[in-house]
Amino acid sequence: MSTLRIKSLQNTVIQAGGEAYNGLAPVNLELTTGECVCLSGASGCGKTLLLRAIADLDLSQGQVFLHERAREDYSGPDWRKRVAYLAAESAWWDERIRAHFPGRRIRYMEELGMDLTLLSRPFKSLSQGERQRLALLRTLNRQPEVLLLDEPTASLDPDSTQRVENIIQRFRSERGVTVLWVSHDPKQIKRVSDRHYQIKDGEIKLASSTKPKAKTKKKSVSTKRRARKFTVEKEVSV
Amino acid sequence: MNLINLTPVDLIIAALLILALAYLSQRMSLGMSNTIIVAAIRTTVQLLLIGWVLKILFSHVHLAWVALMALVMLLAAGREVMVRQQRRFSGWWGFGLGAGSMFISSFVITVLALMVITSSEPIPWYEPQYAVPLLGMLLGNTMNGVALGLDRLKEGAWQQRDMIEARLSLGENGAQAMGPIRRDSMRVGMIPIINAMAAAGIVSLPGMMTGQILAGSPPLEAVKYQILIMFLIGAGTGFGTICAVHFGAHRLFDGRDRLRLDRLYARQPKSLFSYIAKLTQRRTANN
Repeated sequence: MSTLRIKSLQNTVIQAGGEAYNGLAPVNLELTTGECVCLSGASGCGKTLLLRAIADLDLSQGQVFLHERAREDYSGPDWRKRVAYLAAESAWWDERIRAHFPGRRIRYMEELGMDLTLLSRPFKSLSQGERQRLALLRTLNRQPEVLLLDEPTASLDPDSTQRVENIIQRFRSERGVTVLWVSHDPKQIKRVSDRHYQIKDGEIKLASSTKPKAKTKKKSVSTKRRARKFTVEKEVSV
Repeated sequence: MNLINLTPVDLIIAALLILALAYLSQRMSLGMSNTIIVAAIRTTVQLLLIGWVLKILFSHVHLAWVALMALVMLLAAGREVMVRQQRRFSGWWGFGLGAGSMFISSFVITVLALMVITSSEPIPWYEPQYAVPLLGMLLGNTMNGVALGLDRLKEGAWQQRDMIEARLSLGENGAQAMGPIRRDSMRVGMIPIINAMAAAGIVSLPGMMTGQILAGSPPLEAVKYQILIMFLIGAGTGFGTICAVHFGAHRLFDGRDRLRLDRLYARQPKSLFSYIAKLTQRRTANN
């Protein structure tokens, strides 16, 4: 069952003169419930643009479905609430950290290695790592169905990185949250992802897949070749 | 009290002061002397022209002429608002947003005020002696508020786009994400007129009242007019600014609440002087 289905999605970039061009070749991708797919590629190759296009922050061509319902059937804010994009650099609009969280309770603080005193500290005194984890917390507290993470552990120490990976893992297994994760760290990709795609020369290609598709899983014997074949086919179609 | 008629000699003496200022700034190489002289010439020509137009208008009282005059003033104010923006909306919005907001606030308030003032007098409500100066003062002040508010709005959206998009990513809509910037812009647009109201009579003698007193009106009559004008331009500026910022903020988002900064474009540095410089360059090149 696919949670998020992306069909020939392509960014449309409008420049001041009104000319439009596309950042990345059309992308086709299907993510099943609770799956984690990693994206990697050189800086400026269009990873962030792709995530922004999926979150409907930028103009784009093509279609995106959530639970087989087209994106256009949701309002913009409703879509982004469900398909939450976490930018690489966090931005804050209130001096008080607490104001960025809705509701009474803030959950998962301990899991991310933070305590409540952090919320009353002046914003300027927070480190990059703390801000990054708070930004993730801010997103998680709104209960998204799909997470689009743009290097969420870029400025974190190994311990915090581990905590972030753990909580994402928990969201996937307990709530069936689907994750599209941009990362530069091959070890991290190996740790967290079910599938790994690389963007090269404007094309998105399957680099590795630890988990064969559910259908092929049962035929465990002699499916290695078929699985590989499947992979190759996927590579072509993606 | 009689009005002392100014002679050309009086004006020439005043003009000499401006020339002296231009000379001084030349010596201090401020690079302002040309600007000063051109501005002084513009003042002279534009005011003479409007005096002449008003003279004709006053002797031919007709709604159509007054309406034409009002239209020209509105277009000029709309252009002025657009020119003062660091980043402009592309297409018709660049001009239409400012002009439309000023039309809604200034025209409605002017017409209301005229109806009230002239109701007990045997003159038509569009009597140009009252209509044109009133509208002029309203437009002039509303223009400032609208220009300031819109400029702050667009600059704010541009500089804080990460913040706005962070809020959008969390599922907020455009109005929520723009909230602080929108409030700030409205405040910035309204502050000058509120300050002017608060300081009137203590720190500054408003220009209109001064003019009336110079022209021989009893001070208390002049004060009553000034209070009326203050209230009118306060309301006009406030409503005009709120209207412009509201629709401006709306225009920065599309139907799916995406921030659309591509609807803005930055102003190219363009001035009369660079234009003249280009022309002379071309001429020398041709020669």
